[in-house]
Amino acid sequence: MAGYNNNQIKPTPPRWLLAELTYSCPLQCPYCSNPLDYASYKTELSTDDWKRVLTQARKMGAVQLGFSGGEPLTRQDLPELVRHARELGYYSNLITSGYGMTEEKIVQLKEAGLDHIQVSIQASTQELNDHIAGTASFEHKKQVAHLVKKHGYPMVLCVVIHRENIHQMPEILAMAEELGADYLELANTQYYGWAHINRDLLLPTQEQFEKAEAIAQAYKEKVAGKMKIYYVVPDFYEDRPKACMNGWGTTFLTIAPDGVALPCHSARELPGLECPNVNDYSIEEIWYESKTFNFFRGFDWMKEPCRSCDEKEKDFGGCRCQAYLLTGDMYNTDPVCSKSPEHGVIGQAIESARVAALAADEKPLVFRNSKNSRGMD
Amino acid sequence: MTINPQLPIHFSRTHRLQWEEAQQKFVILYPEGMVELNQSSAEILKCCDGERTLADIVTELEQKFATSGLHPDISAFLEVALNNGWIQQ
Repeated sequence: MAGYNNNQIKPTPPRWLLAELTYSCPLQCPYCSNPLDYASYKTELSTDDWKRVLTQARKMGAVQLGFSGGEPLTRQDLPELVRHARELGYYSNLITSGYGMTEEKIVQLKEAGLDHIQVSIQASTQELNDHIAGTASFEHKKQVAHLVKKHGYPMVLCVVIHRENIHQMPEILAMAEELGADYLELANTQYYGWAHINRDLLLPTQEQFEKAEAIAQAYKEKVAGKMKIYYVVPDFYEDRPKACMNGWGTTFLTIAPDGVALPCHSARELPGLECPNVNDYSIEEIWYESKTFNFFRGFDWMKEPCRSCDEKEKDFGGCRCQAYLLTGDMYNTDPVCSKSPEHGVIGQAIESARVAALAADEKPLVFRNSKNSRGMD
Repeated sequence: MTINPQLPIHFSRTHRLQWEEAQQKFVILYPEGMVELNQSSAEILKCCDGERTLADIVTELEQKFATSGLHPDISAFLEVALNNGWIQQ
């Protein structure tokens, strides 16, 4: 392990732990953030491994915990892990498709100490939801949303927004209000993993974005005090990059199903990081001493224009995965930034998607499933 | 929304107020988010037990810290808390 440079200030401890319990999922969303070759990672951490990880991260100061996946409900030990997390004092968030959820499980998880359930819905109509999810799931998801509410959890509805459902914005907002959501997360697709390969079919036009955003912002005022709306901005139409992960290795820690520790859930795509595994090192060693977590800490790694930029402490040069995916070099400025010499690739991506939308012979979406994943090794 | 002086104030059932040893401060936890509290804000929120009214909380804290004139600050903070959904009446 490389260790952080002694001239630097000791890094802040993790606050957010994302526990990706499994890559198994009954859904096939074509914008899934799991790696394209997820089917090649077959091992999963045991219950005891996860308990050890939760204990170690909590001791360092992690307090927000996301149980995610894949579909975390496919892990039979979920209630046991939730109970362990509650005893440690985590605030536990279950990030689920709702598939496989029953009222009995909702009650069982509540008793175990789960704080909140986030249910994803793919669209406001059954036809489109079931098409995008690749599974008949719409009616069940709505039932789950009602049950989450009934049993006293704060209910967060998450809808990923893209070109196939962006026209449903008014109906999506009305559906969330009708379901009694306390929070609605409108997450414009981030183009990594499966969304990256489906980008021509998913990226809306600027006009579509602006219209949808105006509708969502107006609704925010209408439901103020009742439902909070989180609007995840589409960074392709921004002038500056997002402050990805609040800075590399400052706040977020993701543990993948096989125990690999990642500074963000996409970092597995980056070359040469040698991501450490919790089977070999403690969370404290991984966070403070591993090469991976120190790779993009601070500002010394930056190239121009980031290095001399007066906004580098605000956005940390943007997203390393986006720089790598779109420019081929993970040290480059995130090309979303208009100061990036490679900013043109964003315009090209937008134009390419627009042309694809107008073409009569649109190619089909590549759904996230094991068959397609095995073809991407 | 403003604080009704007649009604007791309770901390939200969908938020959690918790001491964080690593940070040496109280925090409010809610879905995917956290607010760090300074000492006086935490003292006020700890009094929101569903029994005390605004006046009761002011009396309690003025006694506890042997001071007076806290009403405007406590009232202003509780209004912020109410509008953020941290407390209810």
